[in-house]
This record gives sequence, C-alpha cells and structure tokens, in this order.
Amino acid sequence: MRYQKLFIALAFGLLAFWPFISGSYGTDLVSKIMIYALFALSLELLVGTTGLVCFGQAAFFGIGAYSVVLLSPSDTSASVIWISLAEAILLAGVFALLVGSLALRTQGIYFIMVTLAFSQMAYYVIHDTPFGGGTDGIYMYVKPSWGVIDLDKPAHMYGFIWVSLLAGFLFLSQLLRSPFGRALAGIKVNEQRMIASGFSVYPYKLAAFSLSGALAGWAGYLFAVKDGFVNPELLGWHLSGTVLVMIILGGLGHIRGAIVGAFAFALLQEFFQSEIVFGTFAKHWHLGLGLTIIACVAFMPNGLVTVPRQFMERLSGRSFNKSSQPLGEQS
Amino acid sequence: MDFATFLIQCLNALQYGLLLFLISSGLTLIFGIMGVINLAHGSFYMIGAYMAYALAPFVSASFGGEFFSVLVLGLVLSVILGYLLEWLFFSYLYKREHLQQVLMTYGLILVFEELRSLLIGDDVHGVNIPPILDVSIPLNDMMTYPLYRVFISSVCLLLCIGMWFVFTRTRLGMMIRAGSTNREMVQSLGIDITLLYRVVFAAGVALAAFAGMISAPISSVYPGMGDGVLIVCFVVVIIGGVGSIKGAMMAALLIGLVDTFGKLLLPQVAGVLVYVLMALILLWRPRGLFKV
Repeated sequence: MRYQKLFIALAFGLLAFWPFISGSYGTDLVSKIMIYALFALSLELLVGTTGLVCFGQAAFFGIGAYSVVLLSPSDTSASVIWISLAEAILLAGVFALLVGSLALRTQGIYFIMVTLAFSQMAYYVIHDTPFGGGTDGIYMYVKPSWGVIDLDKPAHMYGFIWVSLLAGFLFLSQLLRSPFGRALAGIKVNEQRMIASGFSVYPYKLAAFSLSGALAGWAGYLFAVKDGFVNPELLGWHLSGTVLVMIILGGLGHIRGAIVGAFAFALLQEFFQSEIVFGTFAKHWHLGLGLTIIACVAFMPNGLVTVPRQFMERLSGRSFNKSSQPLGEQS
Repeated sequence: MDFATFLIQCLNALQYGLLLFLISSGLTLIFGIMGVINLAHGSFYMIGAYMAYALAPFVSASFGGEFFSVLVLGLVLSVILGYLLEWLFFSYLYKREHLQQVLMTYGLILVFEELRSLLIGDDVHGVNIPPILDVSIPLNDMMTYPLYRVFISSVCLLLCIGMWFVFTRTRLGMMIRAGSTNREMVQSLGIDITLLYRVVFAAGVALAAFAGMISAPISSVYPGMGDGVLIVCFVVVIIGGVGSIKGAMMAALLIGLVDTFGKLLLPQVAGVLVYVLMALILLWRPRGLFKV
C-alpha cells in the first residue's frame, strides 16, 4: 500500500520517543517486546519468506543469551558491546549452520520435528551440565559497555534495542529485495520449479537458516543483557512455540507482520494479566488470551497486517491487488 | 542388573510404550486422515486424567462400581467432547494452511488449561487404584510387580487389537482408509465424509482421554501434565511415519524402551535420548520408519 512506508516510519518514530512519555514500567515493557519482535523477525525469514517452519528457534535465542553470560571476561570488568555481540551472533549462527545442514535433509512436518529435536538437545545440554548453571540459570553482574554507552542504564539499553530492531528490519527488507531474497520467495512458492530452473536450493535454504539463527542469537543477546539473567527456559520449546504464534498472529509473508504480531501478542498478554481490568480473574489470563487467538484464526485468516486492507476493501467495495498470495501457490 | 530387575524394567518399558501408543494413535489418525496438526492432543490426555479424579466422588455416590464406572462414563463424555470440538472448531480448518491449525490448537491448549484451573484448581491430586487391582505379583523373594501396571498393558493391547480389527476388517475402517487417500473421491461415492471425520476425531479424543484416565492412578494428576506428553507423542508419530498406525506402535515401543532403560543406565542424559533417537532416525529415513 501507498502509506505503508509512512506508517512504518511513524511507528519507529513513536517507539524512539516512547521512553520520554512513559514511565519506567512502560519503557521496560516495550524494550522487552522489541526484543521479541527482533526474535520474531528472525523466524519470519524462515517461516514467512522461505516456507521452512522451524520449531526450535529458541535454541539460537538461548545460545545468544548464554554466550554473553558465559564468555564475559570476569565478574568485575565489563565486556565490550561489539565483541560480545559478535560472539553471540557468531555462535548462534554457527550452531544454526550445523543444525540446518542436517535438518534440511528432511521436509515438511519432519523438518519441524527435527528442528525441535536439535533445540531440545541444546536445552538438555544447558540444563544438565554444570557449566550451564542448571535449572537456576546464571546471573550476569557486569553488563557490557563501550565508550559512553553503558547497557546497565535502562535508557541506553532501550536505545540499543531500538537500533537493533530497526537494523534487523531494514536488513531483512533489503535482503528480500535482493536476488537472494527473490530466490527464497521462489523456494517458498514452488521448490520443484526452482530446482527445474537450475537453482541449487539447498545452499539457499542453509544460508537462510544460518542467517535466521544469527539474528535470533542477536535477540537472545539483548534479552540476556537487559535482564542480566539467563535460564534454560530460554531454549525451551515453549518459547519456540510462542514466537511461532506471534508471527502467525501478525501475518506470514510480511516482515512487518512479525513486529505487529510480537506487539499484539505481548500487549494482549499484558492486558489480560492486568488486575485493574480483570480484578482477581487476572490470574486466569490464559483463558482470555486463548479465546482471542481462536477468534483471530476464525476471523483474520491472513493475520493482523491484512486487516487494514480487508477493511478498505469492504469500505470501497473493490478489491486491491492481493500481493500476499502469489500466483501458483498451492493452497 | 539381575534378571528380575531386567524383567521389571522390560515390563515398565512395555507399559509406557503401549500407553504412548494409545495417545499417539489418535494424533496420527487425526493428522494422517484429516491433515490437522492438533497441538491440543495433550490437553485431551490431561482432561481424561482429571475426569478420572473429578468423576470418582460423583460416580461412587450415584452408580457404584467405582473406577470402572468412571472409565465408562469418562469415555462417553470424551466422545461427546470430541464430537462437539470437531463441529465447533476443527470443521472449518481443513482447507486452511497447517500453521493456522497450529495457532488455533495453541489457543485451545490455553483455554483447556485455564478451564481446568477454574473448575478443579491447581493442586496435585492422587487417584486411587481400584481395590481388586491393588495387589502385587511376586517375581522372586525380593521383587514384586504391581498388578495395575499389568492391567494397563493388557487393556492397551486389547485396544490395539481392536483398532487393527476395525481398520482392516470392517467397512468403517475401509471408509477411513479411503478418506485419508482421497477425500473428494470418497465423497462422490456417496459417503458422508464430514460425519466420518467427526467420528475419527471423536475416537482420537476418546483414546487420548482414556489413556489419561487409566494412567491417572500411577502418575497422579497435575497441571501441565498434557504438555510433556504432547511432545513425546509427536516424536512417536514422526518416528513411525505420519498416519501409520503400525509405525506409531513400533515407535511407541521403541521410545518406551529407550526412555525406561535410558533413565536406568544413563540417568545424566536420559532426557535427551529420545530426541537423539528421533534425529538419528529422521536423518536415516527422512519420512519416518513406515512412511505412508
């Protein structure tokens, strides 16, 4: 749509000014959601763009998070932001490369389950070995810094997360315009036809998988630094499932869908958990969240991002160009 | 490890494997025949276990017969639940993408867990083993084996044989197998496929709930009990090959063995063994052991 870019710019602008108008609680909440949004973007590259449904994305997130805690120089001196971030991205990316090189031999539901299997292996390695700190997790006492930027200050942390999300978003949208991104979209629509046109699809899929893992590692790094705490649940399948739900809710096949989905999911959760609205019933917040998700599936089959277009179509009585469903897609 | 211990562990592995098969057979049927990825399947197991707990006082007050009446009543209720769920939530999902189904059934998990919390609460409850079965069979001077576990294994075995019979020897089984291959063709031959799907779904729900009911006395009932079972059952379905009942049987027994003996021999890595097994099998056979 014509105003799409304007809306996205406005949204990022609003996010940049958010700490000035909200309290510390609001700032903390939004910085958490932005980390989830970056995490969701990484999965969107696989699921929405390449058509590979990965159910073990949390492993890369968790590895990014654990790397910053385990590889910090000591308990007293701070690590340098760029070095620790590069380590997190590299570790998660290399792990994704290993997992992907094996998992991409399978397809469909089998691929979903192999990625789950590898993430569960990573989970148990962290959970059951002494260097991972076990169930209790590990605290990080000194947060990374670089020059004047000190990630121990919430405002600096917020800014760093905002820049990361913007960078991740711009990187992905540029990537999808490149020949590489076009090839990924082709693989999603019809892999056989891509093979027939002479593409070797395996390296493309492996590259997408590793990139996605690296991006998830970046999000995990931010999560660990923001909370100063890691535990094995960051690698668990519940988180993999949650982030998958976020991107489906937002709308697959649109990069902004990942961000919209992350915000919608987290804000819904926050809404149903608030005791101001629901009183003592707030502790049963899963019920409201579950019913809302079911209603979304029933009434918004293409996700939240297509709602404005559906609304416009109904308003004007004519249909716009449906770019969300490319030609030749098998339904 | 002496022979008696080995025998006990084998029986435990068999019992666990058969129970897993009972739950995963419903999952593999619903996925293989109707093409629905049902994340809420673990919730049906949880609902069954909670029915075994919650229906007991009501049944002993009005019917008598204790545990076995609870089983029958629970089975009837779970068939009705499955029938209604298919009608209300699943019937319009068949033409949608798989990921839409994932989202919908994820929502259902949250709803079921929270309804359970509202109706019964978040405490851990025990369920009594029925007095007739609450005895142990002596194996040698020291060791005994509880009769109730033997009861679970034999009930599961009977159900397996029953399922095999229905599938291969009856008209209903023929229609189900045909429906999984070509929905439109079966429909044009004059078979009500909507009703057929509804029956299959209700049967799947009933199998999972029944497994929950009979395992409640040995596992006790607790919040979140469906979650762990769900993932293991998906592993079983995938190793066996989606839609294959025979594959699910083999995979369930294999997982039962690996899990039971893994916990005994290699307790440090027991949790991860099942996943290592799945990864290895899928790398060897990318579409499961018995692909359909």
